[in-house]
Amino acid sequence: MTIWIDQDNCDGCKRCQRVCPYEGIELMDGVARVTDRCTSCGACVEACKNEAITSDITPRQVPDFSEHKGVWVFAEQTDGVLAAVGLELLGKARELARDLNETVSAVLMGQDLAGLCDTLAVHGADTIYLVEDPLLKAYRTIAHASVMETLIKKYRPSILLIGATALGRDLAPRVSRRVGAGLTADCTELSIDMDEGSQILWQTRPAFGGNIMATIANRYSRPQMATVRPGVMEKTIVENVNAEIIRISPTLNEGDIKTRILERVKELPKGTDITQANVIVAGGRGIKGKEGFEMLRELAALLGGELACTRLIVEQGIMAQRSQVGQTGKTVRPEIYIACGISGAIQHRAGMMGSRYIIAINTDPKAPIFDVANWGIVGDVHEIVPEMIAQLSPKGSLS
Amino acid sequence: MSLRKKESFDMKLVVLVKQVPNTTRVKLDPKTGNLIREGLESIVNPDDLHALEAALGIKEATGGTVTAISMGPPQAVDALTQAIGMGADRGILLCDRAFAGADTWATSLTLSHAIRKLGEVDLIICGHQAIDGDTAQIGPQVADWLGLAQATYVKEIEHLTPADPDKPEEPGEIIVKRRLENGVERLACQLPALVTVIKELNQPRYAHMERLITACTDKADIRVWNAADIGVNTCDVGLEGSNTHVIKTFTPNFKRQKEILEGSKQEVVAQLFSRLKKSDTTLSGKFQGRPS
Repeated sequence: MTIWIDQDNCDGCKRCQRVCPYEGIELMDGVARVTDRCTSCGACVEACKNEAITSDITPRQVPDFSEHKGVWVFAEQTDGVLAAVGLELLGKARELARDLNETVSAVLMGQDLAGLCDTLAVHGADTIYLVEDPLLKAYRTIAHASVMETLIKKYRPSILLIGATALGRDLAPRVSRRVGAGLTADCTELSIDMDEGSQILWQTRPAFGGNIMATIANRYSRPQMATVRPGVMEKTIVENVNAEIIRISPTLNEGDIKTRILERVKELPKGTDITQANVIVAGGRGIKGKEGFEMLRELAALLGGELACTRLIVEQGIMAQRSQVGQTGKTVRPEIYIACGISGAIQHRAGMMGSRYIIAINTDPKAPIFDVANWGIVGDVHEIVPEMIAQLSPKGSLS
Repeated sequence: MSLRKKESFDMKLVVLVKQVPNTTRVKLDPKTGNLIREGLESIVNPDDLHALEAALGIKEATGGTVTAISMGPPQAVDALTQAIGMGADRGILLCDRAFAGADTWATSLTLSHAIRKLGEVDLIICGHQAIDGDTAQIGPQVADWLGLAQATYVKEIEHLTPADPDKPEEPGEIIVKRRLENGVERLACQLPALVTVIKELNQPRYAHMERLITACTDKADIRVWNAADIGVNTCDVGLEGSNTHVIKTFTPNFKRQKEILEGSKQEVVAQLFSRLKKSDTTLSGKFQGRPS
């Protein structure tokens, strides 16, 4: 497969360069040139208005998927407790299903779980596939993957969403391989492209360590599978709670599963989960040592919030990884996010951009954090934060 | 790690390695917002170094061979050179223009064909995820193509019982500890198996200088296999075999109103609190602050 550019017909308009997802075209002396990053995807061929680009690629046929209907959500549970991410995904699934004029289903696997169906219905499931078996009691990759495979092949959903938890990221790739479907990891945005006749799911995710965003489509296989990190989507509550429950009895053999769980040791995380906090006070490079973080902790406590940090602070051993916000840490969306002494590298911004209000305090007026802030204060955190504490505490208001 | 002591076993270990751009040093063009790829250094994916270390540790304890496999452009041979420098016995580079533009489905298909070509394998080890894509899909998908048990997020290899050639009905077993969100799971996995490892597992060794120098010469056992060598149809691999396609890439735009508050520290804090008080957060009551 090759792409040719007829240099005489090229007027250097850059249209091809803009549509190329792989940076496979560069402009040299005013004309387009194919670089070694070209993957022969053909996106440039259609974009050229001068018909200067030709290729020997045969366009791939999109199979008929008209029998694939419905937006599915994998309802993750452990020991009978639903993971929040499953409920968040039901909220998103409702939105997608409305655009597609299809329904939302939840897939629930385990043992003695009928009591959870109401919760799934209230959060948006029209149908619940309830799969119960003693062999599904605790999550094991092959058991769960084979049940999901059977369900997908039988009921043919058009979309399947799975939480990007440790469990979800263990399960989703195996399911995708089995049903021959594409899978996009850690999506931050999902929408139905209404322009394209096929109503395809557009899956947007950070790439290159969060430096760029990529929108990915899955045109040639079904279901269109995506994983989404906890905290990215929002839960919704629906009025209609008459969900249909379809009970499934799987056929599983212990011998096929190939793994045994010997033990599960719960390590309760110290401190609270920052993804659940309403207010987050986060510190970065500009905070002076542990005392500086004690000051931030005091502010967080006054606001009933939690303390968080950037990757550097974790690397310096000042705070634990579970408090890290960003691409390699947690995604948070509190009502108020106060970024203290944080310059705002894109990796950090990727983890907090969903916050309702962002406040930035930094000495450098050019710090990128100010671009994403609702309100900014250019100044030394070690002066501003004590002032905030003073004005917030009851004593402060009396003085 | 403890091992069943018997005479030495001939463990066949495979490590999947990926050459990635060092994404922590990425620069964006201030005008266009595009990624500047020129001069971006290539490194071995950090998690994969932990996978190599794990394989070398097992080899030293039980005996056996470590084969490092990478799919990528010709320059990805550097990743295999480094693997051999660390102690791997040989490297295989899967290199073909037809492999370019592959998503995880097409990549895992390609890798699993190469592993099949190697014949019998006891344990495949890979890094949990690569820093350029962060998908963590290749390990589980390769395991599924090959029909193997898997253990992801492995933070400790506790015990390894290689298969006993005298008792073919009893498969070997690996016992690992997996790091989950709220704790640790101890899992026993039938061999052959695939494990994906996280950084907590070990401290990767540095490449041995002499080995590294040899690894750069013709003496190094590095083979290059193309699509025909591993017996895949070119329409099943690379961009053509992929189920997902990139429609567009863009620089994220999270811009907000960016109102910079000015004045003394008392004034700016009072201004901030009055804005929060008027805002629609459920917390507005907290910002009663003293009048400025």
